[in-house]
Amino acid sequence: MATTSSFNTALYGRRRVKNIVAKSLAYGATAFGLGWLVLILGVLVYNGIGGLSLDVFTENTPPPGSDGGLLNAIVGSIVMTILAIVIGTPIGILAGTYLAEYGRHSKLAMIVRFINDILLSAPSVVVGLFIYEIVVAPMGHFSGYAGSVALAVIVIPVVVRTTEDMLRLVPDTLREAAASIGLPRSMMIMRVAYRAASAGIVTGILLAVARISGETAPLLFTALNNQFFSLNMNAPMPSLPVVIFQFALSPYEEWQRLAWTGALLITVTVLALSIIARSLTARKS
Amino acid sequence: MTATNVTAGSAGSRAAVLKRFRSSDSTFRLLTLLAALAVLLLLSGTILSLVIGSIPAFRAFGFSFVFTEVWNPVTEQFGALAPVYGTLVTSFIAMIIAVPVGLMIAFFLTELCPKPLRRPIAIAIELLAGIPSIIYGIWGLFVFAPFLQKNIQPFLIDTFDGVPGLQTLFAGPPYGIGILTAGFILAIMVLPFITAISRDVFDAVPPVLKEATYGLGCTTWEVFKFVVLPFTRVGVIGGVMLGLGRALGETMAVTFVIGNAHTVSASILQPGTTISASIANEFTEAVGDLYTSSLIALGLILFFITFCVLAAARYMLLRIQRKAG
Repeated sequence: MATTSSFNTALYGRRRVKNIVAKSLAYGATAFGLGWLVLILGVLVYNGIGGLSLDVFTENTPPPGSDGGLLNAIVGSIVMTILAIVIGTPIGILAGTYLAEYGRHSKLAMIVRFINDILLSAPSVVVGLFIYEIVVAPMGHFSGYAGSVALAVIVIPVVVRTTEDMLRLVPDTLREAAASIGLPRSMMIMRVAYRAASAGIVTGILLAVARISGETAPLLFTALNNQFFSLNMNAPMPSLPVVIFQFALSPYEEWQRLAWTGALLITVTVLALSIIARSLTARKS
Repeated sequence: MTATNVTAGSAGSRAAVLKRFRSSDSTFRLLTLLAALAVLLLLSGTILSLVIGSIPAFRAFGFSFVFTEVWNPVTEQFGALAPVYGTLVTSFIAMIIAVPVGLMIAFFLTELCPKPLRRPIAIAIELLAGIPSIIYGIWGLFVFAPFLQKNIQPFLIDTFDGVPGLQTLFAGPPYGIGILTAGFILAIMVLPFITAISRDVFDAVPPVLKEATYGLGCTTWEVFKFVVLPFTRVGVIGGVMLGLGRALGETMAVTFVIGNAHTVSASILQPGTTISASIANEFTEAVGDLYTSSLIALGLILFFITFCVLAAARYMLLRIQRKAG
């Protein structure tokens, strides 16, 4: 009797110690993850805020060794992002509509869903190669159009996914009610389902904007870069991420400082967008 | 408007309205179908253009392209071994760090964290995924790599000097940049993906199962290890594979800190290259069809690897979704 009870205490002790160790590891892991977030954002603000002045928004990227701003890069990024959203969103919403409303359980829908999920995390550098092959090579030169198309390819899967998810949250009773008053299916979708899911669909678009505002790899060999201010979509176009890439790897101190400032701008934009997107859906549910 | 048409009693206008409805209905349906097919077209177009683009490289070097280390733009000799090796090793390092840490964070969030803190901490971890990869790159190059070079790498080199095996793994001068640095930054980048998916699948474990195990007198850790983990095994592996897919294809962060050296070295402190970093660094400067084609062939290899990993991940997650209902 005595031996069993002492054996049990030893076992119990071991189990307790194991439990405590595991729990502290879990706390440690969380601190590790949060620590990196704080560290990265902290360093970013520390290095970026010093260079933040009005010049950043009013002057173009400087030649090596002199001061300047990021105006052309910011404008290029905005223009290409808008065009990418204009191209990608309708296709994304329509495809998402097919998956949620028409296809749903069909074989085709299952395949499209599967492929879309793969595209969602496919390497963006490969998207750049693809657009280089089908747009840049035939046109014979790099262009803002090619950059926008590359970004649109990244937008589509994001929008497809959120549109489908959000339309699926719309209760079927709403659809049936619309059908029972004689609304054709397309009108039911446009007047009832889209309205009910509008916050979610907007969230998807915002997330897509957040995703592409930081994308660099697909722009490197589609839009390339441009030292000057340019609104000509048919010519190489500067963008904030590509300028950061070029400036950060350069030996010039002024360029490196601008790279940090640009990095801060992008991060703030992206994080703000994703927080707004999140709060939109959070209020809904 | 339609209502007045119908009450007007004219059968002809009613038919016209119905016809209009029918045609707009089928047009809309067709549009959505075409958009869905466009998604398929994107994938097949990508594969097709990569295959066509890489034909010259494979014609010149044959299948041994994949296993050749030489990368010499001057003599136009190209082989994919160094980038493929770098891609696999950096991703492997990333997974060794990110999988346990990610799982432990998910364990914390689902079992230990006080309820009101759960959402804020989960969002904070997910913000790591929102930070653009170029930010990780610039941060890695200017902050993390010098730190490693000064503090961590000399320590690693000294500690493992003379230990067989590990000696070669941690050999050589501390550059700061290199394979280990890239792998570590990748680990931070894929951490939120692994955490998010593990948390979702852990949350889907029926409380009854956990309560029954607690009822038997099990500790929190035992419940997690013997009930939650086995129950969610497939989903966790799916999440890990998804993270792996991300790590394999990650470009900008790696490009900054890998060093871009086309060599295969046993030491993880040495510079190397990955497929995506080689493409990002060299594509615009590539002169000649063979050089360009070799880089596209690298892209094809990368796409093939990530496609397999991501497809396996999605298949597993699909399975657990079906199981959940």
